[in-house]
Amino acid sequence: MSVSGELYLAVAAALFTIGAVGLLIRRNVLVMFMCVELMLNAVNLTFVTFARMLDDIGGQSLVFFVLVVAAAEVVVGLGIIVSIFRRRTVATADDLHILKG
Amino acid sequence: MVAAMAGVMAGAMEVVAAASKMDAGVFVAASAIVIAGALGVILARNPVHSALMLVMTLFGIAVLFVAQEAHFLAAVQVIVYAGAIVVLFLFVIMLLGVDRTEALEAEPLKGQRTTAIALGIIALAEIVILGGTANWATGNLAVAGQAGGPGSNVEKLARSIFTRYLLPFEITSALLVIAVVGAVVLARRVPREEADQ
Repeated sequence: MSVSGELYLAVAAALFTIGAVGLLIRRNVLVMFMCVELMLNAVNLTFVTFARMLDDIGGQSLVFFVLVVAAAEVVVGLGIIVSIFRRRTVATADDLHILKG
Repeated sequence: MVAAMAGVMAGAMEVVAAASKMDAGVFVAASAIVIAGALGVILARNPVHSALMLVMTLFGIAVLFVAQEAHFLAAVQVIVYAGAIVVLFLFVIMLLGVDRTEALEAEPLKGQRTTAIALGIIALAEIVILGGTANWATGNLAVAGQAGGPGSNVEKLARSIFTRYLLPFEITSALLVIAVVGAVVLARRVPREEADQ
């Protein structure tokens, strides 16, 4: 228990930023989706760190729910991606402008 | 007698020092793995490599969970994320055959990459500065139950989820069913005549 929580929070912040930057610079839809997972994991790490710092199990319970929501989100998101790719064989988000008004 | 006690004390201090040194080592190694994996995800040209780097990051996060005594979450992290979600990603990559490399240099929107990186650096600085200066906690300890202390982590988490967070837990079951139904509907191949109408 020697490593202070602030360092964990710094790692989580760095991880979240990397995920956000990746979401902005990558064009492959699947990689963008992975970047969302990175950001979710950064938040999970923050929750667990605060659970330890405040000695509160509630943070860990919330991580449990985030995991469930992330699993559901991945299933639905990949389903959408599969159904998009079935119609057109493009790999980048730039080519998906069907919804553009 | 006193000398013996002093010896025991010194031994205990050594054990504590060694343990904290090991904690620091585990933290540094796991953090390096997490950050390197995250950079690998966004810098790899091939989506399959990105997915494998994501596994690396997720394992590093699991190690950081163990280091903070969230043992159940570490196990679930490995099972759900590395075991299910990344496999799903790889499955979709293989199914769609999009595992061709992407030219990272191509930039359809001029200046997008520079702007994104600059914004990322600003965001990171904001988070760190705000986290360092702001008074972020009410100071109330163990509102939903103690995380530390005696007893296993699994038992405490279970007590929390099945008492205080019982209703959200029940709702997650509905969420999972909805997700499964949605995935089946989305992945269903619509018959041609039906689609034309």
